[in-house]
Amino acid sequence: MTVFDPAAEAAKATDAILSDTLHGTHRGIVVDSPPGAGKSTLVVSAARELAAVGRSLMVIAQTNAQVDDLVLRLAEKDPELPVGRLHSNDPDPYDKALNGLENVRKSSKASDLAGLDIVISTAAKWAHVQNVEPWPHAIVDEAYQMRSDALLAVAGLFERALFVGDPGQLDPFSIVGADQWAGLSYDPSASAVSTLLAHNPELPQHRLPVSWRLPASAAPLVSQAFYPYTPFRSGTGPEDRKLSFGVVGDGSAHDRVIDEAAWSGWGLLELPARHTPRTDPEAVRAVAQVVRRLLDRGGVATGTAGATPAPVTADRVAVGTAHRDQAAAVRAALAELGVTDVTVDTANRLQGREFDVTVVLHPLSGRPDATAFHLETGRLCVLTSRHRHACIVVCRAGVAELLDEHPSTEPVQLGVTVKFPDGWEANHAVLSHLAEHRVPLTR
Amino acid sequence: MSLITTLARLEAVESGRASPLATVRHRQLSEHPLVLVPLTTAGEAGAPLGALIGTDRQQPRLLTVAQPRDRELRFAFLAELADAVLPYLEAYGDDVELVERNATDAESGKRIKEEVELCADAPQLIVPGRAGIDFVRLLGRSMRFRRTVEQDPDAAYPAPPHVPLLGRWLTHYGERARVPGSSLLLAATDLLNRHWATGQSSLEDQHLGALLAWIDPAEGESGAQAALRAESYRDPRGQLVCPPAGPATDPAFDNRLLAPAVEAYDRVRQRWQAAQDGDEADSWMGELAIAEREIRRLLRTQMEPTWHSVWRAIDLARELPEGARVADRWTRDRWSFTAHRDRVRAGEPPQPRRDDAVTAARKLASRETAQAQLEAQEALDDPLVLAGRRLSGEAFIGEVTDVVMAWSESKRPAPRPLLTFHTDDRPHLGERTKVYRSLDGKPQSAEFVRYETDGVLVLRLTDRMGRAKDPAEGSVPEKGDRIAWTLFEHDQRGGPKLPDPEETPWTHGGPPGTDAESPDLITPEDLL
Repeated sequence: MTVFDPAAEAAKATDAILSDTLHGTHRGIVVDSPPGAGKSTLVVSAARELAAVGRSLMVIAQTNAQVDDLVLRLAEKDPELPVGRLHSNDPDPYDKALNGLENVRKSSKASDLAGLDIVISTAAKWAHVQNVEPWPHAIVDEAYQMRSDALLAVAGLFERALFVGDPGQLDPFSIVGADQWAGLSYDPSASAVSTLLAHNPELPQHRLPVSWRLPASAAPLVSQAFYPYTPFRSGTGPEDRKLSFGVVGDGSAHDRVIDEAAWSGWGLLELPARHTPRTDPEAVRAVAQVVRRLLDRGGVATGTAGATPAPVTADRVAVGTAHRDQAAAVRAALAELGVTDVTVDTANRLQGREFDVTVVLHPLSGRPDATAFHLETGRLCVLTSRHRHACIVVCRAGVAELLDEHPSTEPVQLGVTVKFPDGWEANHAVLSHLAEHRVPLTR
Repeated sequence: MSLITTLARLEAVESGRASPLATVRHRQLSEHPLVLVPLTTAGEAGAPLGALIGTDRQQPRLLTVAQPRDRELRFAFLAELADAVLPYLEAYGDDVELVERNATDAESGKRIKEEVELCADAPQLIVPGRAGIDFVRLLGRSMRFRRTVEQDPDAAYPAPPHVPLLGRWLTHYGERARVPGSSLLLAATDLLNRHWATGQSSLEDQHLGALLAWIDPAEGESGAQAALRAESYRDPRGQLVCPPAGPATDPAFDNRLLAPAVEAYDRVRQRWQAAQDGDEADSWMGELAIAEREIRRLLRTQMEPTWHSVWRAIDLARELPEGARVADRWTRDRWSFTAHRDRVRAGEPPQPRRDDAVTAARKLASRETAQAQLEAQEALDDPLVLAGRRLSGEAFIGEVTDVVMAWSESKRPAPRPLLTFHTDDRPHLGERTKVYRSLDGKPQSAEFVRYETDGVLVLRLTDRMGRAKDPAEGSVPEKGDRIAWTLFEHDQRGGPKLPDPEETPWTHGGPPGTDAESPDLITPEDLL
């Protein structure tokens, strides 16, 4: 048996993708990437390779933060590369850091950026670009989070495209019902990739096999629970990542769950079973206290074997919730405890981001029902795959029973590909794993 | 469900009466709506059984099908339905006003003004419940591809004149009903549920009888009791006291009353068809009329209570004053009606079975815009709806306690006054969060600067103060002004321009076929 060499495997996959991109004959290429598998790195190298052979390129990302991040990464890799940042007319349309980059031109008009090797913008902004010569090549980032109708609006701008994204994260959504189009290959509320592949099933599909973000403790669970048919591995071994604390735990449940997560990668702080409003005050307080203790105890994280340990500061910690009001409640609770600079956001907004430690308020905690929204596989996947070291889940007891009492009642739509695993299955997989790292919180 | 709706429902449970969710009416109600109470045949998708229809609550028109599986009788029913609906719709088509609107000149590509017709009012259809809206859609789908003798002399089963046209109108109304805030086709249950919260589940709220029982219970009776009675009380013959609002009928009615009556009708008809001579035929003809009358009587007993309930719902909703922005949304409905009138008059083919990629994307985008606009408009029109948004941290009300003039740091300084604002609400404000207020019906925006102390915050006003260095008069609030700020935008930007259907890109399967659609094929199931 050969030893799995993550670097070699990842390089092999990347080479195949780049070769298809540069020399392939298909109009599109799809790359599936699990969490933290170097998607952005791939986008940057593909963009540079295309620019190097003189093919001008447009890059389509989904949010302004993603666009700015890509511009910064490109400039870091290749400060000489002429890059255009197409932006909106809103005040402060882009990250101020872009002002310091010499070869990045910024404009709200596509015509000002004509002739640059690479032009980057959001799908929403690209959709307003009219009457231009199509780009020979495009890269669509986070393509699984892009809606089919958004792709429809921009697809006329390019001849060929590389679609990169994570199929396990949250599907795009619409604020109104779109059932009448369910099952159509071009359902406007579906993801851009599903429409693309429905009409072009012959397109080559690649997969990045290694997650560099997720530690060895998390990759198997996330892979098995959310990517059962497309498994991936962790790029680091069990001994590579280390999380330790300068201050010894005081024996409280909060400290014990932190210690549990520090050595095992996972922790479940379980509150007594109870039906609560969405902004469950006890659970919110528990989340805030865990974060407070995490910072107070002076965490130190080692990323790879032999690397210098770095302190786990507030900006390396995030809290994830399902709803915006929950995030607001956690922010308020953290402010009361004097904690600032910790990212608190919903799963939707945490997509694509990375932290050392995450604290998650379980989407089903305290709920009397298990709706499709709260069961959505992607939501749990995002929340449990943002961390490099440890993930602590705060949850009321009784979620397993809730899952069993609420079988999915969503109507079956003809012609819609059933997604595996479903939320029920994925939730059970995660819960049963978390049960081994449970610390009950009693008053 | 929002927190305020949950509270209203709890209040309803406690008091035994529905609680208001709104202080104004958020849907348009026409002066002369056309009420339609349809019934369908159990186990036979799209086979109408009967309908009560009309604009006069005292004199509904009763339409029935004695043998719903008979194609001839079904067509006769649909022809009668067309006769009841189309004159009503067409009466609105000629009363127009001329409106100027922006357009692009086809030859020069320049922006020009053009004058177009807009119907002064639009016909409104009201059905008892959501299932009624689905049925309207189904009827439209089943009729619009039919061909009359004129359209296709070879058609095996030609439809009566006007039936395909009715199908197109019902399809249009059914489709329009999917646009949030539209009032062309309303369900009485939706109308009531928008304005009142009951103490029962939202599934139970789909029962018009039970819903009315909560909103308008008899003297001395609790809503829960009245709703229970409406849902399940049966008379000694086992029939529901309050029959379902349809279009599905109660199985007890089907089995015990309707089925025997239809069987009797069938028997008489067979005899009549088998009659040897004129006299015998005449006598069976008389029997047939009696059998048919019995079916009509039975169906009327099922539809009449619902007919009155729908009018009761309209009365209740009419008691609320109309919201200020309802007329604005109704204008959109009038545009929708006018546009379809124009398509029909221009002789365009019926709506396709399925939307193409571009049409689907356009519809989705416009409905999302309509949804966001509806939510904003309802909150601006109605303090109670706004209270719900305040409770969820999306809006706040308070008083201006200080105004300090300031200017932007550009070459031409623009006014950016700082307002100190006191509020007891707890909005979810973050750094530079944008907030909006309504100034003369237009939104003015500001951004959150900081909290001074608990409940006191500083906002920076950012627009609508004119081009001069000093703000235009009345554009900056003064000390002591009470203002409602929202974190959501009041207007919605239109989405991007999508390609024309002929330009559908390769990612979406390329341009759709252009062949006109043919009617559905006749299958053995279609024949009795």
